[in-house]
Amino acid sequence: MSRLTPQNEAIALEIISRYPRKKSALIPLLHLAQEQDGYVSDDAMRHLAELVEVTPAEVIGTCSFYEMFKREPVGTYLVNICTNIACQLLGAEELLHHAEHALGIKAGNTTSDGLFTIEDVECIAACTEAPCLTVNYRYFYKVDGGDFDAIVEDLRSGRQPTRKAAETGPDGHIPPHGTLALQRQHIPADRVAGNADPDSAPAPAWLEQP
Amino acid sequence: MTAPIVQLVSSRFQYPDSFTLARSEATGGYQGLRKALTMTPTAVHDEVKAATLLGRGGAGFPAGVKWGFTPPGVWPRYLVVNGDESEPGTYKDRLLMERDPHQLIEGCLIACYAAGLSQCFLYIRGEMALAQTRVAVALNDAYAAGYVGRNVLGSNFSVDIVLHWGAGAYIVGEETALIESLEGNRGMPRLKPPFFPAAIGLYGKPTIVNNVETLSNLGGIIVRGSEEYKQYGSETSPGTRMFAVSGHVRRPGVYEVQHGVTTFRELLYDDQFCGGIRDGNQLKAFIPGGGSSPWFFEEQLDLPLEARPVGGAGSMLGSGAIVVMDDTTDAVKACLRVVRFYARESCGKCTPCREGTSWLETILQRIFDGHGRPSDIDMLLDVGDNISPGPYPAASWEAEGLAAVPFPPKQTTICPLGPSAVAPVVSAIRRFRPEFEAKIRRRAIGIPVRVEESTHV
Ligand SMILES: Cc1cc2nc3c(=O)[nH]c(=O)nc-3n(C[C@H](O)[C@H](O)[C@H](O)COP(=O)(O)O)c2cc1C
Ligand code: SF4
Ligand code: FES
Repeated sequence: MSRLTPQNEAIALEIISRYPRKKSALIPLLHLAQEQDGYVSDDAMRHLAELVEVTPAEVIGTCSFYEMFKREPVGTYLVNICTNIACQLLGAEELLHHAEHALGIKAGNTTSDGLFTIEDVECIAACTEAPCLTVNYRYFYKVDGGDFDAIVEDLRSGRQPTRKAAETGPDGHIPPHGTLALQRQHIPADRVAGNADPDSAPAPAWLEQP
Repeated sequence: MTAPIVQLVSSRFQYPDSFTLARSEATGGYQGLRKALTMTPTAVHDEVKAATLLGRGGAGFPAGVKWGFTPPGVWPRYLVVNGDESEPGTYKDRLLMERDPHQLIEGCLIACYAAGLSQCFLYIRGEMALAQTRVAVALNDAYAAGYVGRNVLGSNFSVDIVLHWGAGAYIVGEETALIESLEGNRGMPRLKPPFFPAAIGLYGKPTIVNNVETLSNLGGIIVRGSEEYKQYGSETSPGTRMFAVSGHVRRPGVYEVQHGVTTFRELLYDDQFCGGIRDGNQLKAFIPGGGSSPWFFEEQLDLPLEARPVGGAGSMLGSGAIVVMDDTTDAVKACLRVVRFYARESCGKCTPCREGTSWLETILQRIFDGHGRPSDIDMLLDVGDNISPGPYPAASWEAEGLAAVPFPPKQTTICPLGPSAVAPVVSAIRRFRPEFEAKIRRRAIGIPVRVEESTHV
């Protein structure tokens, strides 16, 4: 697919400016590319390499280490079902099997209409609400087979799922795969303290000097 | 008598708008920062040291002492906030970031002020979209209100807090891997010792890495003073701690309890907490401190939630994650699931972990599937011994004459992830060996395997 759009490139430059060294921005920028295209394309990675001044090989080196980055398109809705220990004890594997049967795919695959991808994932820090899943990283707690079917049905028909949705966006909206935070950090120019350059930053002004 | 409930870090959770600046300010938010700015940085540091604020990320190292390890005269120093919470069973940092981001921001500011840290990077786990949103909004509001950035509240204290987010890799929670990741690299741990991040960290400069819950305590400590803070909890583990209790209890949940004085039994059985085992079942085992910790049993229930006695008894409090298994639990299956996690999450940098964790999973899987070999149990222990040589930490089992082996384990690996995979193996085999043997004896399962026999894990 594509390089970053001019609008996203501006966001990328703002993100880069917050780090003393450009490469530090790489993971947030890979997310930005994934937000734009739904996955991280080769062209986008080449563009990021230019922006942070490393080789494309270094970008793919970082990208390929992290599970959230998809280098091929996935479903509009990425359904991550936790099967780690706390969830397993309360029926997560049964839930995963139900999901696989309901959608007719094994974990790791995408439905032929391109709507759903299921993944069998590790602990998502909602262990007391087991079994749980996320759809595009929005949480659903204490999910059973019926809940799963209702969520899928809602999303298929273009409705926002209400059943068991915990803490989605302000309007219960689930954005397409790739969008994480709904708001970004902006440091106003008149408030910024400035990066601490590892090579030349002075002693902090507020420390009592001996 | 169960120690009374005090809420030091979860006090705002009761409000639906707990994450807003307005609610925070209306309920004492940023008062700790204001007070700190009237004190010298050294005095603030001393107050935190006196409070014995133990790290809540896993290792339990006192924050005030860690801050003192930065080499004098080397600038800049950085603060990296560890919000990568992904240890199996752990669920409290996400809550603290989603529900009270200003409390965390205030803690970051106090740490930077006291320890002379010039820039702060707040690293949130990639999967936590809501936490990222809430912290971003909170930072924007806090900048606008003059709490963060240049000349904080008109003082000569200036620091930026930069929101950073990960992309899915458990190992990045380890502090040196976190730093690698923040430099834009593959998140693989660095060898330590000799150099710890406090001496050589981000960009090769002194770096303090602290957990979200650790930092969230700072505002309260400065407002109350260390003397009052130490009235809660025990002498060596003051204050409170958040514990996520999951699995087969009647009321799973995240509970803030007094540190060091509350016992496992109280937390698991008291009606004000988890209310006992579900369905009137019996306790079989529990994981006391996240997937990496050796298992405890009935006999360990009366231990206090305090690092030292728990370590002496063969496990660790770790990340405040208790997973309870009742007597319907298949020990082999539970063990396999935890081991599979470490096999999947090994970063691959060192051989005993990369190869060993995969072998542990392979052998356990075949035992579970009914194709185990009689030599497999010894082989599991042998593979474990290659990752973590010598007696592995374990709970005592008086009925069988087994003494406790104290924590921590030895390691042939770069970081503790490899040895963590051995914890469930040694725990389950030591206590439930007949279950492993029974599955191996049953290995007459024929081909083709009938559906109900090929239980998927
Ligand atoms: C494999 C591994 C994973 C870890 N994951 C986390 C984590 O997700 N969050 C965390 O705060 N600490 C984690 N730690 C501990 C950190 O290395 C570090 O000790 C901690 O962040 C320091 O903060 P504290 O002193 O405030 O506890 C992990 C350690 C290891 C070995
Ligand atoms: S012990 Fe495992 S996770 Fe840790 S550095 Fe070695 S291979 Fe990586
Ligand atoms: S084990 Fe499933 S969320 Fe933690």
